[in-house]
Amino acid sequence: MLKRILAILNARNIEFVRDRSAMAWSFVLPVFLLVGFSFMFGEEGKQLYKVGLLDSAAMIESKENAKRTESKEDAERASQFELNTINTKQQQSAFTSLKYISWVNYKEQQKAILMVDQHKIDLLVDFTKKRYWLNSTSANGYMAEKLLLAYHPDFQSSQTSGRAVRYLDWVMPGILGMNMMFSCLFGVGYVIVRYRKNGVLKRFQATPLSAFEFLSAQVLSRLLIVMSVTTILFLGCNWLFDFYILGSMIDLFVIALLGASSMIALSLMIAAKSQSEELTGGLLNFFSWPMMFLSGVWFSLEGAMPFVQKVADLFPLTHMLKAARAIMTDGASLADVQGHMLVLSLMTVGFLALGSLMFDWGSERT
Amino acid sequence: MASILEIKELTKRFSDNVAVDGVSFSVNKGVCFGLLGPNGAGKTTTIEMMEGILPPTSGEISYQGRGIDNAYREDVGIQFQHTAIQDFLTVEETLKLFIKFYKKSLPIEQLIETCALESILNRDTRKLSGGQKQRLLLALAILNDPTIVFLDEPTTGLDPQARRNFWQLIDRIKKQNKTVILTTHYMDEAESLCDEIVIMDKGKIIEQGAPQTLLSKHFEGVILSLPKQLVEALTASGITFTENNNRLDVLTEDVEELIRSLLDKKLPLDGMQIRSPDLEDLFIKLTGHMLRG
Repeated sequence: MLKRILAILNARNIEFVRDRSAMAWSFVLPVFLLVGFSFMFGEEGKQLYKVGLLDSAAMIESKENAKRTESKEDAERASQFELNTINTKQQQSAFTSLKYISWVNYKEQQKAILMVDQHKIDLLVDFTKKRYWLNSTSANGYMAEKLLLAYHPDFQSSQTSGRAVRYLDWVMPGILGMNMMFSCLFGVGYVIVRYRKNGVLKRFQATPLSAFEFLSAQVLSRLLIVMSVTTILFLGCNWLFDFYILGSMIDLFVIALLGASSMIALSLMIAAKSQSEELTGGLLNFFSWPMMFLSGVWFSLEGAMPFVQKVADLFPLTHMLKAARAIMTDGASLADVQGHMLVLSLMTVGFLALGSLMFDWGSERT
Repeated sequence: MASILEIKELTKRFSDNVAVDGVSFSVNKGVCFGLLGPNGAGKTTTIEMMEGILPPTSGEISYQGRGIDNAYREDVGIQFQHTAIQDFLTVEETLKLFIKFYKKSLPIEQLIETCALESILNRDTRKLSGGQKQRLLLALAILNDPTIVFLDEPTTGLDPQARRNFWQLIDRIKKQNKTVILTTHYMDEAESLCDEIVIMDKGKIIEQGAPQTLLSKHFEGVILSLPKQLVEALTASGITFTENNNRLDVLTEDVEELIRSLLDKKLPLDGMQIRSPDLEDLFIKLTGHMLRG
C-alpha cells in the first residue's frame, strides 16, 4: 500500500514542479501582496495617542475585602482607601477627559503591559497604584507621559521595551494563510475533477490502487508542496521584513500543518463526486471567498457582530489564523491554542471521512 | 477449451435507458474475443462491466469460477476507449508509476520492446501522437503480465498505417497465450484479430461464434457489388440486393448466371466487383442497417 501511495505522491509532485507557471504563482502572489502592504501600511506612528487604563475592579474588590474585616484598624484602612479612591477618581477624570486620546480598558496587567511592549498602546496607567508603563522606544509614549505627569506628577514610571507590531506583522499570517487556502482548495479539488473528467482517475481505477491510497497520496503531496512553499515564503519574507514573532516557530509550523490538512480535506470533500470543473470552481469559490473575508485575513473580526464571528468560526482558516497570530504576537504555546488545534483536527478527519465515502472515480455514467 | 470468463444475464440501466439488456456469453482462455457493434450498441458498457469498472444493474460475471474481487485487478489489464494519463510525466516515468501499482510486472525493457516505445521513452506524454499514445496505453494494459487484456476500441482515430502497426502489437500479445477481449466497430480489425465474436445491437447479442463459422452459416456464395446508380434498374429487374457503403450488393451462389442475367437485361457492368461476404455484410443482414451508422 505504501509503495502505491508513494508512487502517486511522487508523480503528483513531479506534475507540480514541472507545471512552472502554477508553481511560480504560488510564490509570487503572497510576496507581491506583502510588499504591497508594506508600502501601504509601512509608515511609522499614528496621529492619535492610545492610553490603556488598568481596570478598577481590583481596587473595588480590595475595598470590599477591607469592609468585610471586623477589626478597627481594618475599618480605618478601608475608610482611608475610600477617600484616596475619590481623590484619584477626580484626577483620573480630568486626565481621561483630554481630547484626541483613545482610551482602552484592560483587566489583566500582564496582557496590558504586552500591549505597551508591542506599541499597540502608547501608555498604560494604573490609577489605583499610581503607576504607569511606558515603552522607552515609543515617541508617542513619551508625549503621552508628559501629559499624564502634568496631572499626576507623583505617579511612578515603569519602563518596558519591545518592537512595535506593525500591520504587516499582523497581516502576514493572513496572506500566507490565504495562499495556503487557495493552494489547498484549488490545487487539490480542481485537479481531482480534471483527472475525473479527462479519464486519469478511471485509468487509476483499472489498477489495484484503492481510493484511500489515491486520496492519501493527494493529501500528502499537497501537504508537502504547501508546507514547503509556505516555509520558504515565511523564511524569505521574515528575512526581508523581520516579522514580530514572540512564540515558537515550530508551534507555528504545527498550526500551519493542521490548517493545511483541514483545507485539503475540505477540498477533497468538495471534489469527491463532481465531473464539472465549472461546478467545482463555483463550490470552491463559495467556500474560499467567505473564508478570505471572514477569517481575519485582512482585518480583525473582534468588533464584528457575534453572528458574523460565529459564521467565521466554521472556517478552518479562521482557526489557523487565530492560533498563528496568538503564537506570533502574544507568544502563545500549543497548549494555549489547543482549542483551535482540536477544531482543525476534527475538521480534517470529518472532511476526509466524508470525502472518502462520497468519492467517485468517474466511471459511472448517468 | 476452458472458459475464463462467464457472463450471465448482464444488464445495465442508466436512468430510463437500457444500455445492456441481459447478455450472456463465455470467453475461452487464450482466445481473442471480439465485441462488435455500431456506436451505442452497448459494447463499451459491457466490457466495462467485465473489467469491473462499472457495476452491473443485474447479472453475473464470473472469472475462473469466482466473482470479481480485489485480486481480479492484479490479473487483468485494461485499455480504455477514452482515457488520459497524468500530465507532465514522460513515457518512462508513466510506465514506472504504473508498475508500482502491481505486485508483479513485466520487465520494463520487455514492455518497451513489445510496444515499440524505444524512440519516445523520454517524451512528455502530452506530446505523443495518437498512435504513440495508444502504444503507451497498451503497454500500461499489459505491464502486470495479465491473464486477460481488455482493449476497448484500441484503434479508433488512428490512421490506416498506425492501425495495422497496432494489430501487429496485439498479435504479439496473443502469441503470449493471453486472452484478449476487444471491442471494435472495424470489421476488418475483428476479422484479422478475433477468434470468436459477439455481435451486439441495441444492448442485445444478435449473433455469436467464430467469424468464419458465422459467415458460412449466413452466406452461401459470393457478393456481386454494383454502383448505386443501378438501383432503379435492379429493382425493376426483380433482383434482390442490399445497400452497403453507397453500393448495391447482390448475394449469389452462381456468379456466372447472375452476370449473364444482368447482361441480358442490358445493364452496364462498369465498376462491378466480386468479393466474399464479410462481417459487415453479416451485420447488415442481421440488423438491416449499416455497422458504422
